[in-house]
Amino acid sequence: MRKRKENWLTKAFTNLLKNKLATVAFFFLIIEIIIVVIAPYLTPHDPLETNIALKLAPGFWASEGYVEGYYLGTDHLGRDVLTRLLYGGRISLWVGFVSTFIGLVFGVTLGLLAGYYKQLDNIIMRFMDLLFTFPGILLAMLIVAMLGVSTTNAMIAISVWSIPGFARMVRGKVLSLKEEDYVTAVRSLGASDFRILFLHILKNSLPVIIVVSTMRLASSIMSIATLSFLGLGSPPPNPEWGAMIATARDYMWKQPSLIIIPGVVVMMTVISFNIVGDKLRDVLDPSLKENA
Amino acid sequence: MLRYVLKRIGNIVILLIGISFIIFASLYLAPGDPAELVAGANATPDDIERVRVFLGLDKPFLVQYWIYFTNLLQGNLGTSLVTRQPVLNEIITRLPHTLNLAFTSMLVAVLIGIPAGIISAIKKDSWLDNLISTTSLAGISVPNFWLGSMLILLFSVVLRWLPTGGMTEPFWTSLGFKQAILPSIALGMSVAASFMRVGRSAMLDVLQSDYIRTARSKGLKYSTIVVIHALRNALIPILTIFGTSFGGLLGGAIVTEQVFVINGIGTYLLSSINMRNYPAVQSTVLVIAFFFVFVNLLVDLLYVVVDPRITYD
Repeated sequence: MRKRKENWLTKAFTNLLKNKLATVAFFFLIIEIIIVVIAPYLTPHDPLETNIALKLAPGFWASEGYVEGYYLGTDHLGRDVLTRLLYGGRISLWVGFVSTFIGLVFGVTLGLLAGYYKQLDNIIMRFMDLLFTFPGILLAMLIVAMLGVSTTNAMIAISVWSIPGFARMVRGKVLSLKEEDYVTAVRSLGASDFRILFLHILKNSLPVIIVVSTMRLASSIMSIATLSFLGLGSPPPNPEWGAMIATARDYMWKQPSLIIIPGVVVMMTVISFNIVGDKLRDVLDPSLKENA
Repeated sequence: MLRYVLKRIGNIVILLIGISFIIFASLYLAPGDPAELVAGANATPDDIERVRVFLGLDKPFLVQYWIYFTNLLQGNLGTSLVTRQPVLNEIITRLPHTLNLAFTSMLVAVLIGIPAGIISAIKKDSWLDNLISTTSLAGISVPNFWLGSMLILLFSVVLRWLPTGGMTEPFWTSLGFKQAILPSIALGMSVAASFMRVGRSAMLDVLQSDYIRTARSKGLKYSTIVVIHALRNALIPILTIFGTSFGGLLGGAIVTEQVFVINGIGTYLLSSINMRNYPAVQSTVLVIAFFFVFVNLLVDLLYVVVDPRITYD
């Protein structure tokens, strides 16, 4: 059993690395995650430490005004932009991973139950439909309005928003998987529903779950940036990417790099997750194409 | 057909009741006492209690919801805790700005996304296809608030071609047109990108089908085949994504309104959240969800027009 699992994962991975763009995106993400995790050892500055004397210093590209050691310049309070970017990545990636994981746990469980038990299908999926009727960021905003502004609450909001996507996809998968012969076979061997669902069906749904997770990671990172931009995500003075873009708007006439750089970082991160997700989908589950 | 429409409208009513319940319940559970907020900072406990009774906040949850719901049915969306004006009026004065933005953005998405997707499919694996595919990937990955700020930086600050913000006039006036260009590109880009992706794969599917081969073997011109024969069938998946992406568009409008300082319902929602103006939050979310549901109903009905194979009977 273990061998088989390794097989499809290894195959997916080798296929992924055959594509140049996907390889670049994949290693960009790996490197980004490592850099962000070891950020405190990489930068001598503190992301929250202000120094008005150094405010709005340009980065290394400027012929004058560049302050040694502040490679990407400083913001309106004299904080080092590079340091804030690195620490901001910790917030964005952390929120992205945790909220995707929470959405995955609830969404997959609900999807498994809805797909397997006809009695539960209607009630679970109607509730998911209800969550789906809140367009885009609106559900997250409503939840933050209810809970108050904080990084954790934004994370909860994004998790809830992720649930229906997982549930729908997994339910569809379960509906087709439960008709397969091997399910009948293990059932006739006396396996319990719980064992069939959470061992056999779940295992065979893993490719779909991995694909949906990668896509959700991209949109979760976008969502935390958006919420923070609106002032409903990570509260100041936290160095969240979206929040950095929001404050930089007041200074973009003077120092455009302040707004350009965090935006490019968000875009590169989201685009990389999307590329990897796209490629994984082609390899792992071509039937998902354009529906994810 | 009529039966189907009635059934769908019935479903929508149930859905909207569900939505209104979720919205009401979530803000009922919110921390902070609305009565205290209304009474003001200098209020005595007695004052707060009087306000609570006056607003009906002392009643049990379900009773409060029932009052809220029956008010909704009569077109009463509550009273703003900040201005003491009916929320409905405040929404109605702002709604045209948001609809203006949503409409122009959808226009940008349709005019760029669908042709690009089709060209990409016809010229599969060419440099043009690669360019369009890469652009669409970037389009779905770029934060719209950042794209909007970049457009302002380039076209309003550096080049001084277009206004930095505001959407005070409808897009068919000369000023309104200029005001609409940047926000609708910022908001429409991600939708255009998903139209490109879906349009490309739908067109590729159709072009491989037998009837297209038949049409080609009859010696028809390729452009005729694409426009007359293939396009109509390729439009069906695009129509589906049109409905779902309209939701993303409405959500994105909230953000875009902030970037371009547009006084629409997104701005109203955000300021209401920040001021804990709960009746306004409830009703604005409800109105936005209503539009989303309504557009999806229209899309379902449009299927019949585009695809005669669907009859709903």
